[in-house]
Amino acid sequence: MLKVENLNVHYGKIHAIKGIDFEVNDGEIVTLIGANGAGKSTTLKTLSGLLRPTEGTIVFDDQDLTKVRPSSIPGLGIAQVPEGRQVFAEMSVLENLTMGAYIRNDKDGIESDLNQIFDYFPRLKERIRQSAGTLSGGEQQMLAMGRAMMTRPKLMLLDEPSMGLAPILVDEIFSMIRTINDNGTTVLLVEQNANKALQIADRAYVLETGTVKLSGKASDLLANDEVRSAYLGG
Amino acid sequence: MNIFLQQVINGLNAGSIYALVAIGYTMVYGILKLINFAHGEIMMFGAYFAYIAAVFFGWPFYVVILFSGCVTAFLGFLVEFIAYRPLRNAPRLSMLITAIGMSMFLQNLARLIFGADPIVMPKIFPSAIFNIGGIDVSSVTLITIGLSVAMMILLQLFIKNTKQGRAMRAVSENQDAAVLMGIDVNKTISLTFIIGSALGALGGILYSTAYITISPTMGTMPGLKAFIAAVLGGIGSIPGAMLGGFIIGMFETLIKAYISTTWADAIVFALLIIVLVVKPTGILGKNVKEKV
Repeated sequence: MLKVENLNVHYGKIHAIKGIDFEVNDGEIVTLIGANGAGKSTTLKTLSGLLRPTEGTIVFDDQDLTKVRPSSIPGLGIAQVPEGRQVFAEMSVLENLTMGAYIRNDKDGIESDLNQIFDYFPRLKERIRQSAGTLSGGEQQMLAMGRAMMTRPKLMLLDEPSMGLAPILVDEIFSMIRTINDNGTTVLLVEQNANKALQIADRAYVLETGTVKLSGKASDLLANDEVRSAYLGG
Repeated sequence: MNIFLQQVINGLNAGSIYALVAIGYTMVYGILKLINFAHGEIMMFGAYFAYIAAVFFGWPFYVVILFSGCVTAFLGFLVEFIAYRPLRNAPRLSMLITAIGMSMFLQNLARLIFGADPIVMPKIFPSAIFNIGGIDVSSVTLITIGLSVAMMILLQLFIKNTKQGRAMRAVSENQDAAVLMGIDVNKTISLTFIIGSALGALGGILYSTAYITISPTMGTMPGLKAFIAAVLGGIGSIPGAMLGGFIIGMFETLIKAYISTTWADAIVFALLIIVLVVKPTGILGKNVKEKV
């Protein structure tokens, strides 16, 4: 479904991503783990078009995303839940979700998706008219996920969804990622919480200063001594 | 009492013009974080285009407004496309300096095309005086206030209820998140300049009707006051710009009537300073707090 080859990204003079390769197959949960500054978020932002690569290809469903306009990428079936949620703070919960359906015109489908999201996140329904900026961090994360779901993506990119959340909320968010995946959406997850991420993922790539250091089945990496000592706290 | 009410009407008249122009400043600021110093000149061109439509073509006032609005909107689109778009990723100061340059360019362009001497704006609106409860109200005043308020209501409906309007709000709140929703940021910015310039043109037409003359420098002072109105109301907020416009117009008129004509501008500017000291974000300005 997604195949990334020799991806290079620069921030000005800083060479943030140095020729990484990875792929995501239909139906999988794949996670990119690694320390701060390893290039995880940069990779996701490049996939969704917010950053442009200096070299390499990103092929999604036979299309090279590096040649697609950023605003056209959601229409191809890629949705990103950005780092730090990035909800539209001045807009209501409902307006945020409606923004997610910006690229769609199927009124009935939008309506039924909305209802499904409210089933998943009843708390969003309670706060439907409230402006998103007044929600708690966990609720904003739910909203950001709901907003991404409203685009009806084939592939959902999640950037540090657990960041800054209480453990109980982290569990809730992760089980929701499972549900989204079970319902047929492929997931690419970037996480600092490597333990949690490896537990729900099928496969994983370990990034270190802009290169892929290790990759394999998530269960193997969970048992790998090197990964355990570097990312799982022993 | 009647004199006071008369002045209130005059204040509303001036205020609605400032409000129209202030909306252009605030919309562009909201979306680009740019103070578009060329907006006063957009307003001036709006007046000249109306002059052309009225004098050379002799069209009725609604066609004059429509013609000037469309042509000025296109001018605003061009200004953004040529001058600001190439600087999208440049430091914000570069864009600000470009805006000042654009303002001077447009002023001199107008001098070149139309000449430096002020010309008389023909009476484009049907004129009549109505006596409402002892107060004389001219049809021009009624048209000015009515048109401005109608435009502001339309704009609010557009921003709140249409897809394009929501896209504008999304881009001004969070450009990256807007891209992730599939919104074309450049198109949305163009639309903002088009709408802001069309409203600016209407402001220019109404202003020149009220003050009778048009000149290449006519946009400077009302542009500055409209900018103050936008800051006073809370720059970035459209209702704020409307409120700010009416407050500035009302204040200026009442000060001119009851305190001093000479000091009116100084007092208006002092008002801005006081508001900014007490509430730096302006009256309806948003205090954005980020949640981690």
